[in-house]
Amino acid sequence: MNIVVLVKQVPDTYSERTFDESDRTLDRESADAVLDEINERAVEEALKLKEAGEGEVTVVTMGPGRATDAIRKALSMGADKAVHLSAEALHGSDAVQTARVLAKLLGTLDHDLVIAGNEASDGRTGAMAAMVGELLGLPSLTHARKVEVDGRTVRVQRETDEGRTDLEASLPAVVSVGEKINEPRYPSFKGIMAAKKKPVSTLTLADVGVDAAEVGLENALTSVLQVTPRPAKTGGQKVTDEGDGGARIAEYLISQKLI
Amino acid sequence: MAEVMVLVDHVDGEVKKTTYELLTAARVLGEPAAVVVGAPGTAGKLRDGLAQHGAAKVYVAESDNLGDAFLDPEVAVLAALVGRVNPAAVLITTSPDGKEIAGRVAVRTGSALLGDVVELAADGTVTHSVFGGAYTVTAKANTEHPVITFRAGSIEVEAIDGEAAEEIVEVPSIGAAAAARVTNRLPARSGDRPELTEATVVVSGGRGVGSAENFEVVEKLADSMGAAVGASRAAVDSGYYPAAFQVGQTGKTVSPQLYIALGISGAIQHRAGMQTSKTIIAVNKDPEAPIFEIADFGVVGDLFTVAPQLTEEVTRRKS
Repeated sequence: MNIVVLVKQVPDTYSERTFDESDRTLDRESADAVLDEINERAVEEALKLKEAGEGEVTVVTMGPGRATDAIRKALSMGADKAVHLSAEALHGSDAVQTARVLAKLLGTLDHDLVIAGNEASDGRTGAMAAMVGELLGLPSLTHARKVEVDGRTVRVQRETDEGRTDLEASLPAVVSVGEKINEPRYPSFKGIMAAKKKPVSTLTLADVGVDAAEVGLENALTSVLQVTPRPAKTGGQKVTDEGDGGARIAEYLISQKLI
Repeated sequence: MAEVMVLVDHVDGEVKKTTYELLTAARVLGEPAAVVVGAPGTAGKLRDGLAQHGAAKVYVAESDNLGDAFLDPEVAVLAALVGRVNPAAVLITTSPDGKEIAGRVAVRTGSALLGDVVELAADGTVTHSVFGGAYTVTAKANTEHPVITFRAGSIEVEAIDGEAAEEIVEVPSIGAAAAARVTNRLPARSGDRPELTEATVVVSGGRGVGSAENFEVVEKLADSMGAAVGASRAAVDSGYYPAAFQVGQTGKTVSPQLYIALGISGAIQHRAGMQTSKTIIAVNKDPEAPIFEIADFGVVGDLFTVAPQLTEEVTRRKS
């Protein structure tokens, strides 16, 4: 079984995230960049499925040169190889453009199962797996907290705030995983060393059949007009509890007509 | 006047309040047209509510065969309507299902996707609040019929009469190979407390609560105010409270009228999920806790004495 995992490098959510002032895109240079947490779970699930049967795990990312760090992390966890689509022209692509490029890229790879995170912590579109599935004409089974592959059938327990839905579909299919699916393994020293020798192919837009005129900020289906930092909220009153702390909060809430 | 399509979000014959928010928002762009996808008889139950919130039209897409279908009928109906009616926009609620439907409709119809907006202007400009409210971003679509998802609670519902003229539309058949089938559904048991993202008051506990049992202090205050209960990542990671209630960058984003943080230090991770709350109250032992930098009213003290006293005051005032 060929399992392809979509991963993304994102600014660490524990660091301050900002926008580039010149073109109003996310400033990917200024914040610490990490493999998105949910992607580690996607990689982990792919490795588990591989270990339970047989197959190969390919990690795919599209992003700037720096994204190789995210690829290395996935490879050191145990993925077999990686594909990195990197092109200046991709900068500023929006969600629909990104889905189209990923679908084209997946079209160049053998894939029985595509696994992604359910939502990246930066863009928060929360629909990339479904959009890629739609473009490839494949079923998308999303927000998985459990994935099982049985022959050519994939079964997923989908869990959201609305409840649980059990889904099944024939392979090939696209799956997105949720927070609760697993605990990702830490790369071992051996894994880290082995990752250095694993193949990483770097592709260009031409390699995947994408025209530069279809991607990037200039050709996006949406345009950002303005980015305004929210005025910093300043602290108000701060009092020390002298046995009347609760009552003083109540007084404040009454004065603000909140209770 | 162009139509603005609103996908009706409904469960068991009841419409969700967010649908009325969308119908209200739709009016700035054109005539709201509600789209109901469901089992036969669904639209009949929802029609009055939709009419009272300004739906000029109701597209009724009903079928007996939706039982094991998963989001495909909604996508197919909306995509077909976009092709036929050329609406000014398609509005859908920001929810796990809503996001997926929106993304799929956008790629299927070649439309711009504007996600999780909080405001829609008459010229089609949308406003997003991103990185937990640290930035306000305005954006616009460069295509016809953009698909827009709206954050729940961002629009104040206005009731206004609409014709709600019904039009039956077909549910296109779905290719079996390309579809996921539903084999079982277990709807979430809704508790007695309001939904975290929709609540007007949220009371959250952090590491300072110290244990799962101690969360009772947080719950009691929440219940006295009819509030939802939230938890910081630290509290969730320590096993004090279930992950579904996590507020923060990797959890829920809330923007209630009142947010009360008990024993929460206020790391960026948490602030990103609650800093757009209208009024913030913080109780923490550590006078240097960053949460005080954004709190409108802060008490440096022990939450186990402050919170119960506040609960008592609130209860006394209500009686």
